[in-house]
Amino acid sequence: MKSAGGLVIGAFVLLLAIWLLWVVQTAIDIGAGPRLAEQAFAGLPATGVSNPVTAVLLSYRGYDTLLELAVLLAALLGIWSLGAASPGFQAAGAVLQGMVTLVVPLLILAGGYLLWVGGHAPGGAFQAGALLGAAGVVMRLAGDERAGLPPLAAQRWLVVAGVAVFVLVGIATMGLGAGFLAYPIGWSKWLILAIETAATVAIGTTLAAAYVGGRPWSHADVSGQS
Amino acid sequence: MAQLLYGGAGVVLFALGLWAFLVYTPLLRKLIALNIMGSGVFHLLIAIAERGELPPDPVPHALVLTGIVVAVSATALALAMGRRLEEDEGGR
Amino acid sequence: MTAGLLLLFDLVLVTTLVGLAIAALISPDLRRAVMLFIAFGLWLALVWARLRAPDVALAEAAIGAGLGGALMLAAARRAARRASANGGIDAEGGEA
Repeated sequence: MKSAGGLVIGAFVLLLAIWLLWVVQTAIDIGAGPRLAEQAFAGLPATGVSNPVTAVLLSYRGYDTLLELAVLLAALLGIWSLGAASPGFQAAGAVLQGMVTLVVPLLILAGGYLLWVGGHAPGGAFQAGALLGAAGVVMRLAGDERAGLPPLAAQRWLVVAGVAVFVLVGIATMGLGAGFLAYPIGWSKWLILAIETAATVAIGTTLAAAYVGGRPWSHADVSGQS
Repeated sequence: MAQLLYGGAGVVLFALGLWAFLVYTPLLRKLIALNIMGSGVFHLLIAIAERGELPPDPVPHALVLTGIVVAVSATALALAMGRRLEEDEGGR
Repeated sequence: MTAGLLLLFDLVLVTTLVGLAIAALISPDLRRAVMLFIAFGLWLALVWARLRAPDVALAEAAIGAGLGGALMLAAARRAARRASANGGIDAEGGEA
């Protein structure tokens, strides 16, 4: 770091930063061009949700969110393929254990609230899923080796639940002749809620499993199991 | 003025992250730098979405929301890879 | 008056943000760097709440700072343990 290379890199990055600042400055000077917000707000009543961010995520740009869930799944598959999880932490003492029994249900409750409220106020599947994942992290820190997750077979189902429900809903709307993920008017709100619920569970499970940091089984288990 | 301030902060964060990413070798430091780089980009998008009296644009917000989750999953995968490398090197 | 105060508020927000980022990037102690990174993420969530993006602020606080920080803290702990097993050489993850 203290070498000449660091200085050269620093000089180049500084030049890049100045150039980018100039770009931002000119972009602001040119002024605001047309933006997508007006279209997003105009279409809002048809989507059945009144939080524009949720509408963008699950209605206008459902493909993006579907593929993002697939990215999350792929990352977890990568983590599972890299080796077994390290053993958990030692069991928590009485005070920490008492706090965990209080905090984990609260986290799950808050996650459910954020999921429901996401339709019309800040919140939604990602925030709710993050809270579920945080509940898993807390449980692992308190000594639960599996981070509160169910056994492997159930874990696999939960992890793919988000992508699976998303694709099934898409195929169903295709079957109705509306096109992939084109929700029929009136059904929209409930379809979005169904997808979000599955996505919340999947995101929570995936994040907690990612924190465990390895596949939750050893090779001996698998040869006995499959 | 406020817009330039916030947009500029995004650029500065990106540049700082890029510098640290290139200069440091340990994996965890590179990951922190990468995450700060990403945060700079997210911050720039959020700053662009906010335009004074108009309601902020929800499209960049949704993009950033997606980006945050992808960034964390990439970090988790990178850390798992780093751990596997350490194990294979036998603690070096 | 109000506009000036608001600009001052913005300035404080942005300078603290950049300061936390610099501190997280150059802190010599790896574990402290991770903790500063978590603080940076939480502060970023605050800034985004100011920029009227509460959805994203929630996600950043919970996912970016919370879960990302927890992942990195576990990694930092592992690195420190490995370094002490190696007899303390390279203790802070060895800057090149």
